[in-house]
Amino acid sequence: MNPKSIWQRLKNLSGLSELLYSLLAIVFALLIGAILIYLSGHDALGAYYHLFVGAFGSTYNIAQTLLKSIPLIFTGLAVAIGFQSGLFNIGAEGQLYWGALITAIIAISLPNLSGFVLVPLALMGGSLAGAIWAAIPGYLKSRTGAHEVITTIMLNYIATLGTTFLVKNFFKTQGPVDQTKTIPTQARLPKLIPNTRLTWALILGIAVVLATKFLLSSTSLGFDLKAVGKNLSAAQYGGIPARNVMVLTMAISGAVAGLAGSTIVMGVLGRFITNFSPGYGFTGIAVAVLGRNRPIGVLGAALLFGALEAGKVSMQLFTEIPGDLLTVVQGLVILFVAAPSFIRLFSTLLGRGKGLFANE
Amino acid sequence: MNKVLAAIFSLNTLSAAIRMATPIALAAMGGTFSERSGVINIGLEGMILTGAFAGVAGSFYTGSPWVGLLLALFAGGLLAAIFAIFTVKFKANHVVAGVGLNIFALGLTTWLMQVLWGTRGTSPNVNGLPRVTIPVLNRIPVIDKLFANQSPIVYMMFLLIIVGWIFLFKTPYGLRIRMTGERPEAADTLGINVRRIKYFSVILSGVLSGLGGAYLSLGHLNWFSMNMSAGRGYMALAANIFGQWNPLGGLGASFLFSFSEAVQIRLQSINLGVGNELIQMIPYVITIAVLAGAVIKSRPPEALGEHYGNEK
Repeated sequence: MNPKSIWQRLKNLSGLSELLYSLLAIVFALLIGAILIYLSGHDALGAYYHLFVGAFGSTYNIAQTLLKSIPLIFTGLAVAIGFQSGLFNIGAEGQLYWGALITAIIAISLPNLSGFVLVPLALMGGSLAGAIWAAIPGYLKSRTGAHEVITTIMLNYIATLGTTFLVKNFFKTQGPVDQTKTIPTQARLPKLIPNTRLTWALILGIAVVLATKFLLSSTSLGFDLKAVGKNLSAAQYGGIPARNVMVLTMAISGAVAGLAGSTIVMGVLGRFITNFSPGYGFTGIAVAVLGRNRPIGVLGAALLFGALEAGKVSMQLFTEIPGDLLTVVQGLVILFVAAPSFIRLFSTLLGRGKGLFANE
Repeated sequence: MNKVLAAIFSLNTLSAAIRMATPIALAAMGGTFSERSGVINIGLEGMILTGAFAGVAGSFYTGSPWVGLLLALFAGGLLAAIFAIFTVKFKANHVVAGVGLNIFALGLTTWLMQVLWGTRGTSPNVNGLPRVTIPVLNRIPVIDKLFANQSPIVYMMFLLIIVGWIFLFKTPYGLRIRMTGERPEAADTLGINVRRIKYFSVILSGVLSGLGGAYLSLGHLNWFSMNMSAGRGYMALAANIFGQWNPLGGLGASFLFSFSEAVQIRLQSINLGVGNELIQMIPYVITIAVLAGAVIKSRPPEALGEHYGNEK
């Protein structure tokens, strides 16, 4: 059996072919990463070995991988929900900042409430904050046509500045760091695996993945949302109130992004710290693109990127290769996934040599 | 209050605004060319960043800021060529590919900085471009400051914007670019090589953004720091839209953004008793307000963001 027919068969199993493209994109990006590591005078195999062990080598490491993937599940879903409706929400970063701050403020202000009330209240407050912040670019887009890519990026800057301003002037605790005081213990999310840092936030993340899947595939709102994304004028002609759907889509997207901030405050940091996010909102874009904007795909992509984050620490520790190399790999993954025909070409070149490349 | 008004309307602020408009206006014109040919260019940000890095690397290894400048143009153009291959040849979604390109550029420059100089914050100081004073114009009262002791890239920017405007609107080449972005089928029918026009326009946008980046790292400062472009590419894209896909309009919009940035910096220094964070928000708020107010009237190129068939 020649490779071409295997390739054709795999391609014909729809769904699987997209998964195959995504996996190939990751492999190619890692290959180019390996070349860069080699060129900078390091051992690429050793680097990836430490990356893998750091991500999966022990129960604790696996828990770290899961922990790092939690905010990416939320931000990836947020971006994916927007994408499904044709909206490019680059503002998850800003939305998660507001989610985190409002969650922290609620938890700190109501220290006498029991955890059963306080935990859901703080989570809802955080997601509402994210929803409101995301509704702004949705509203601007639907009423004036202001492109959401630019408005959400500007709103990211405003959100980090705004939360920093509020913390510095109203909620700052003693000390050199601009941060709030710690939230009460009953507002912290319980541990999922003992002796690790993994909390129930993971279960919440998976629940939101399933809820999003249900929303998109089994509700009329999900249908409207996708219809607006596929063909705006056709949707309007079909009687869908497209403008309102846009605002609502952004609000839902922002609510999910807000939860990324809430769960970090309640599960990891225990307080709001200014500028705490290493770019979860932006990595969420990569996660959504790699996951093909489908909830289950996002979950898988978030786990992969979580593994990269967790493994990065041990790679840096043992090989002295700067972890930013993995940012290069992430960027390449997005580029490759965006261009399926590139993946086809690249695999033909690698797999069959020049002669067969002409057939493509 | 007088102090505030004086800070806003002083010649120093104006001069600072012109300096700060330089990289944004250059990249905005890059965005104009790219989008006039039909390619949405979110990647301007990464091209500015790469240009800034390459400029410093060139100056560091040769000692000559002019070599650095050339390397910045080349690196910006090279990154843009990669972007063009993905968006034109491989038909990638323009916005997704642009975001990927920016993440790639951020990772690559930060990584290279550590590989070459062993630091993640800022690069070593290098030789920057010399300041230039224009002989006659610096004698005119009032505006003399604007033409004295500026980076040569500031003057280049003004010149390039004018040349770019003439090129785009008064020459047959410009007409071909505009036609490619509006009606690629019609352009193709007339024998215009649609792909070549797109490649040319996108690579030009990278060269211009690279020049803007070189201004940041060799003109304004003389070192590179992590994520030095700091959102200027996105502002440039907004300026391009607000400027109605016209280099002159883009310059005006860039100036509006940079003026608010200059005012913001001046206001921080006079301590108004308002939080600095609130003052720092001004340029971003203005960008949103302008975009929301301006796009109602503006019309992007007809075939912007679409892929044109023309297989092989």
